[in-house]
Amino acid sequence: MRIGVVRFPGSCDEADAIAAASAVAEAELLWHGRTDLDGVDAVVVPGGFSYGDYLRPGAIARYSPVMTAVAAFAADGGPVLGICNGFQVLCEAGLLPGALLPNNSLRFICRQVDLTVERTTTPWTAACEAGEQLSIPSKHANGRWYADDQTLAQIEANGQVVFRYAPGQNPNGSLADIAGVCSEQGNVVGLMPHPEHAVDLLTGSADGLKLFASVLEEGASVPIS
Amino acid sequence: MKARILIRPKQGILDPQGQTVERALPALGFSGISEVSVGRLVELEVDEPAQLEDLCERLLANPLIEDFEIQLPEG
Repeated sequence: MRIGVVRFPGSCDEADAIAAASAVAEAELLWHGRTDLDGVDAVVVPGGFSYGDYLRPGAIARYSPVMTAVAAFAADGGPVLGICNGFQVLCEAGLLPGALLPNNSLRFICRQVDLTVERTTTPWTAACEAGEQLSIPSKHANGRWYADDQTLAQIEANGQVVFRYAPGQNPNGSLADIAGVCSEQGNVVGLMPHPEHAVDLLTGSADGLKLFASVLEEGASVPIS
Repeated sequence: MKARILIRPKQGILDPQGQTVERALPALGFSGISEVSVGRLVELEVDEPAQLEDLCERLLANPLIEDFEIQLPEG
């Protein structure tokens, strides 16, 4: 399996995403200007500050040439994971529901948070157990997930909430403690915290590897170094 | 012609920027000011203003969280 990691001007977590993906599969960078995905089997849209976050985070990156290919890949059921800025890009692109607003504290927050896995039937959470808690670092200024009441009720009813911040740990004021959601089909997943920064026990947690192991094979065991 | 586009946070969505500005006012001696809300102003030159609505919906504003108002010169 090959995992492609998109790089926009202003991305900064693509190297960690490549390292995390390399733990379970082959990984390669996909420059945002290309119009194809080089035949990869899964796509990660990584964190950072694409286009300087000008206008709104993700607003300009979503029109990058590569995003047309990502949208087509997603429509065909291909696994896509958006992390932090990548989550913002996927929401702006309409591939995921809702939008990410400035944190209610107006501060950039950087801390380890516990996430509860709400849904395991996605290509990125198949190796997790429902209700399992993952310790994952969170670092963002615009992570307050928001949707109107009707959309929120709909995604709750459809089971499109994939991750919630553990009780009392919501760092940004996100609605219903939502940390990550998926598309209606479940193949596109986005979350604010950074699983690619939690892949080695040396830095506190290797729980993030489970997302990458999930995409390799449903229920694959997680190699922890 | 010159166009101005005002982009505002949608009503009912928590606007921490507006709240923070409002909370700073009493210390500066201002009173009787409330409902502070902070948005964005985009100014541009445009030949065919009919396309601005589409531009706002697709790029300048996110209709899920923001309202926009297009202002064109009168007459």
